[in-house]
Amino acid sequence: MEYRKNAVGRLIPKEVEGRKLVPFKGAFAYRKKGRKASPPISYSEPGEKKLCKSLKDAIRAAGLKDGMTISFHHHLRNGDGVVNMVLDTIAEMGIKGLTLAPSALFPVHAPVIEHIKNGVIRNIQGSMNGPVGEFVSYGGLPTTAILRSHGGRVRAIEDGTLHIDVAFIAASSADDHGNLNGVYGKSQFGPLAYAMADAMYADKSIAITDTLLPYPNLPISIPAVYVDYIVVVDSIGDPSGIVSGTTRITRSPTRLLIAKYAAQFIKESGLLKDGFSFQTGAGGISLAITKFLGEMMEREGIKGSFINGGITRFAVELFHKGIVHSLFDGQVFDTESVDSFRDDTRHAETSMSQYANIHSKGCLVNKQDVGFLGATEVDINFNVNVNTHSDGLLLHGIGGHQDVAAGAKLSMIVVPSFRNRIPVIKESVTTVTTPGETIDVVVTERGIAINPRREDLIERMKGSSLPIKPIEELKDEVEKTCGKPAPPKLKDRIIALIEYRDGTYIDVVREVER
Amino acid sequence: MRSGKNRLRRSRLYIPGNNPSFMYNARLYGADCLILDLEDAVAPLEKDAARILVKHAIKRIDWGNSELIVRINPLNSGFGREDIRVIAPMAPNAILIPKCESAHDVNAVEELVTDYARSQGVYEEIYLIPLIETAKGVLNAYEIASASPNICAITFGAEDFTKDMGISRTREGKETFIARSIIAMAAKAARVQALDTVFSDINDIDGLIESAKEAKMLGFDGKGLIHPSQIEPVHKVFTPTKEEIEYASKVVAAYEAAKSEGKGIVALGSKMIDKPVVERAIHTIEYAKQLGLIKEEER
Repeated sequence: MEYRKNAVGRLIPKEVEGRKLVPFKGAFAYRKKGRKASPPISYSEPGEKKLCKSLKDAIRAAGLKDGMTISFHHHLRNGDGVVNMVLDTIAEMGIKGLTLAPSALFPVHAPVIEHIKNGVIRNIQGSMNGPVGEFVSYGGLPTTAILRSHGGRVRAIEDGTLHIDVAFIAASSADDHGNLNGVYGKSQFGPLAYAMADAMYADKSIAITDTLLPYPNLPISIPAVYVDYIVVVDSIGDPSGIVSGTTRITRSPTRLLIAKYAAQFIKESGLLKDGFSFQTGAGGISLAITKFLGEMMEREGIKGSFINGGITRFAVELFHKGIVHSLFDGQVFDTESVDSFRDDTRHAETSMSQYANIHSKGCLVNKQDVGFLGATEVDINFNVNVNTHSDGLLLHGIGGHQDVAAGAKLSMIVVPSFRNRIPVIKESVTTVTTPGETIDVVVTERGIAINPRREDLIERMKGSSLPIKPIEELKDEVEKTCGKPAPPKLKDRIIALIEYRDGTYIDVVREVER
Repeated sequence: MRSGKNRLRRSRLYIPGNNPSFMYNARLYGADCLILDLEDAVAPLEKDAARILVKHAIKRIDWGNSELIVRINPLNSGFGREDIRVIAPMAPNAILIPKCESAHDVNAVEELVTDYARSQGVYEEIYLIPLIETAKGVLNAYEIASASPNICAITFGAEDFTKDMGISRTREGKETFIARSIIAMAAKAARVQALDTVFSDINDIDGLIESAKEAKMLGFDGKGLIHPSQIEPVHKVFTPTKEEIEYASKVVAAYEAAKSEGKGIVALGSKMIDKPVVERAIHTIEYAKQLGLIKEEER
């Protein structure tokens, strides 16, 4: 195999399975030209019937055949019942050799492993959280998987790199014409943002719901214009795995300390003023940051502009108190946030293209002041790994990581410096997901490192009482505490490619030796 | 300043002596004192393991700017003497002596600490903090507080005290009000610090603040804590306010002016200032300096 070194020093093969790979050249260095892909012309006539008797009927009507690509969204997260239901049905129908292109898979999707073994699934292009990722890491998939960020996935759909033949779209409510949303019915999950591009660009779209409501089903997240068939099933998932009743802030003193440092850093950085905007996730540290920042803003009378979702009740509370003007939402995590998403007009749904697509005419990540992000590993060049663990196993998707890091005025990694005696701050990350050039600050409980590229920030933070130190010093401190773990034992075979948001390749993931 | 007889002891965070993962990050939370607990936090069958762990932890782990205290088991428990034999040569900043009821209890521990430390060639200062947690101990508080020049503070344990009294502990703590008052008074009389009992509901931050305010009012210099999230609120209460520092500076300035003019009576404006007020002011200024709230030249 012929390799070329990319801009973060990783070796990228020239070609994998007939796909020519452009190595990563820098966060904004590669500009693809051409026209976007387009779906086939469709035809709409009075009296058309989209409602199918069964999933099988819909799949047959959509013309699914061996070797095609099918897609799913992950708004139902670990409560999703749709992926497994559809794959079981497809297996029964004897269709094989498919490419599975979900926005993300979760532990609940472990049965996908059986469908890889029985030949229904031949390739995966999408995030794999948990068991499927582990199975792929040990060489279980016959082909090479591709991982993309949220922005990268929609870019790939739009530019034709990822052509979807049939999109399966779970909706918590639908009407018989195919107007879909995620805010009514028994399996509510909020926005349908991840599925928007699938619906628009797939050759055929099948909506799957467990709550059929009379026409017109408003509000509309995905309109009938993008939906070919509708199937009503008993249940699209387990509500308790979709959204939590109520998200809680961490009690871990280490994580609280990281959140406190992060909030304090933002305050001292000068970004915390009227019009402030930020994005956090739903993890323990993120929730605490949202709370701490909100308290600071309230105390100092600062009126924020927006919070970009994953939205949780902590963000909703700031919104309802008037501390931030609006919420942008790609996914919600708890029932309070679903209610707000449905009822509040300034709590707006953002498609993934609007959120993070580098091939769009303006995406939200470019408008946000601060993005708080996690990591499994960070290295002394500020490169971040969110995909693999230090044992080499591919256990997580990219999410919006690359996109937010590239877009936000200040991107901040908030992580403990080690987890269960395994260093997080390292000489070199196992896998590069997000390039160091797009990461500004790393906040840990043992200190805060500012990327040397951000001379302005280093200058501004001089004299701060926060424990700011070079990242090398942090790494040494962690190694002194934990030692230096042996690198994972990897085989030559590449099991997955990590695509950058612009369509170049930033790293490869190799098979792990058992 | 890591230790020192009069260092700040606003917060002292208990860490189970058998939990290394808590120890590694303990310095990060900024508690004035950290207590590695070999007594109540450790089950009898784990005493040996915890003792060995704490022995190594004292020297191996970076405790930052926090003062390091070890709570040993009582001598009459069968573990105390062994605790001292192993721990004293490691020279923690202080040893917390539980169930102290008399000067004799302090002196017995002190003698062992000195002997075991010296036998290993260790001459570093190891302060003693008697923990008073019985009715008898409260009644002997002054005797205990003045038992040794190595005592830097005495402290109160409400949990065992209420047990000893056969009464229940409440959120407001009325049932321990007199005991705490006696201990604070005894400490002041013996010129050592008074440290209040732990506040054990980690979710009740408002209750913690109330309890700390009351402790400060009674004359205590700090509180015992069981979770790092309790540190910041307690520090806020025990840190001298800007007004307190300003007033103390004025008092000290007036005192020094009077002294240099050879006057016996100190006056601030139209008010006469008593000696205890001056002492309190000096104390406040010293705390403020330790906290970096005033610089040397500002006096």
